[in-house]
Amino acid sequence: MDKIFNLQQLINGIQLGSIYALIALGYTMVYGIVRLINFAHGDFFMIGAYASYFIILFATMRGYHIPVVLIFLISMGAGAGAAVLANRIAYKPLRYKPRLSALITAIGVSMFIEYIFSALPVIGPSYRSFPNEQFIESKIFTIGTTTISNYAIIDVLVSAALMIFLTYLVKFTRVGMAMRAVSQDKDAAKLMGIDIEKIITITFIVGGAFAGAAGLLTGVSYPRIFPYMGILPGLKAFIAAVLGGIGNIPGAMLGSYIMGISETFATSYRSLLGEGIAFAILILVLLFRPQGLLGETIAEKV
Amino acid sequence: MKINRNLKLLFYCLIFYIIIFLMNRYNIINDYILHIINLSLVYVILTVSLNLINGFTGQFSIGHMGFAAVGAYISGIFTTLIWKINPSNPINYLLFFIALIIGSIAAGIIGFLLGLPTLRLRGDYLAIVTLGFGEIIRTIINNIDYVGGPRGLLGIPKFSNFTIIFIITIISVLVIRNIVFSTHGRAFKSIREDQIASELVGVNTTIYKVYAFTIGAFFAGLAGGLLCHLLQIAHPTQYGFMGTIFVLVMVYAGGMGSITGSIIAAFGLTFMSEGLRLLLKWIDDLTPNFPVGIEWRMVIYAALLIMIMLYRTEGLMGKREFKILIPEEEEK
Repeated sequence: MDKIFNLQQLINGIQLGSIYALIALGYTMVYGIVRLINFAHGDFFMIGAYASYFIILFATMRGYHIPVVLIFLISMGAGAGAAVLANRIAYKPLRYKPRLSALITAIGVSMFIEYIFSALPVIGPSYRSFPNEQFIESKIFTIGTTTISNYAIIDVLVSAALMIFLTYLVKFTRVGMAMRAVSQDKDAAKLMGIDIEKIITITFIVGGAFAGAAGLLTGVSYPRIFPYMGILPGLKAFIAAVLGGIGNIPGAMLGSYIMGISETFATSYRSLLGEGIAFAILILVLLFRPQGLLGETIAEKV
Repeated sequence: MKINRNLKLLFYCLIFYIIIFLMNRYNIINDYILHIINLSLVYVILTVSLNLINGFTGQFSIGHMGFAAVGAYISGIFTTLIWKINPSNPINYLLFFIALIIGSIAAGIIGFLLGLPTLRLRGDYLAIVTLGFGEIIRTIINNIDYVGGPRGLLGIPKFSNFTIIFIITIISVLVIRNIVFSTHGRAFKSIREDQIASELVGVNTTIYKVYAFTIGAFFAGLAGGLLCHLLQIAHPTQYGFMGTIFVLVMVYAGGMGSITGSIIAAFGLTFMSEGLRLLLKWIDDLTPNFPVGIEWRMVIYAALLIMIMLYRTEGLMGKREFKILIPEEEEK
């Protein structure tokens, strides 16, 4: 029992969960508005990690000191830029075609980003260690037998701040109101004078920026980056979004924390279990509560 | 005199077979090209069976290689680890067939078990579940030491030769064609066109979806068994997500709901893929300062997939077939 339930794993789980939450929010927002599983979302996350990697490397090489906030903004910008570009080039022309063709295109975009990153000689397919000590020096706090690194605290605080910002954006601003309107009924929203494409672009920007931030946080906390790093976290974050109820923002947060915590506990129990638990959760959710924990059932219209 | 179209089809296949066989015999095409033809034929089975699920029934499965992995590993375990047979004795081919069938049936059963609960789901969710399934299979294989884990199952005897692969491919394609043009096939297509409407006219959509899924999984398992006895290795990475994407590109390039398209795309893209390998090697030798890695092959593949979806969503053939593949009764 002691091996399974301890505070250390809970803290690790919350740390992992807050990173998943940032990715899952992008998934769930894009799904809520365009009804598209954006498979390339995990790759925006990877792009964010690489952008901050190169910036930090550049800064240490030249001896500049770039403020932490600026690095954050750069990686968020890189993620957002990639998301907007993907939307513009690949998803927009397919907006009114069958939904599955957009899904396949998303898979294609994801593959394209991954392989072009590993094919470009400056990046390459190999693992790189992230210069996290140059970003912020690590400190470790010890409480009894439990240790908390300052990275874990940063992860949790940053993702909480971004989630509060998102909640504010969606609940209390005009853009957020427009987003909610588009996700409920595209045609009616259009008739009310909402520029749908603009709202979709904003959604991609916000989702991409969150993924970019998650990329930086991952680089800092688990300092190893490679071009395929986005695939698994992306999938798990998507499953977290499904678990919470896809298209539902609080649901994505809740699902991500459940996911992160159950994954660390399962891994500490047995490593094979940790890899498979995400998919096991997914299948169970889809069997017993396909609309997710906080999602609502929508009757099918003919 | 009117010749039955099926006989004509078989006759053409026989001619194709004899030509390839003789050309290889007299060294007009070498073993490398014959190997690519064999690979293409295996991909034909994979593509046509995935097309049955994705193209004809309108579901969206992206875990197809997971079924192939089941077929490959199970048949490989029987031939390599349990019976330890080799192709020198003709009797062993019988055992090989039994192993193939066992592998395919196992894949079919897994497809049935997976399909039963999940096929109530629509498009996107099904995609994620099948993707997850493929990953679970890969994780499981990676963790079983008996089949070599991450090293892969090595030393599989080379039972798949051109003749065997060719015959099995023809049989598989014909079986799937007959299913597609039967009453069941009409039910599949009606689900693709409009699930609610087909439910209203009395098609039991869940049963038919599971049916298509099981058949697709069965043939994927068959192809997996052939593949591992051709390459003499079964490796978990072969059957990962990327493997499925290869087949998926073939299905969509050829046309969703066209067997002809699947066959053409399987041949075309397998040859293109090998051609790109040579081309990249050539460019790499040409530019010593700028190493061109094999990853560019996948970049081109991904770009191709995006291009197809953007500019020719219906694929090369759309839903059309060559006349020779349509049963005569269907035309009236």
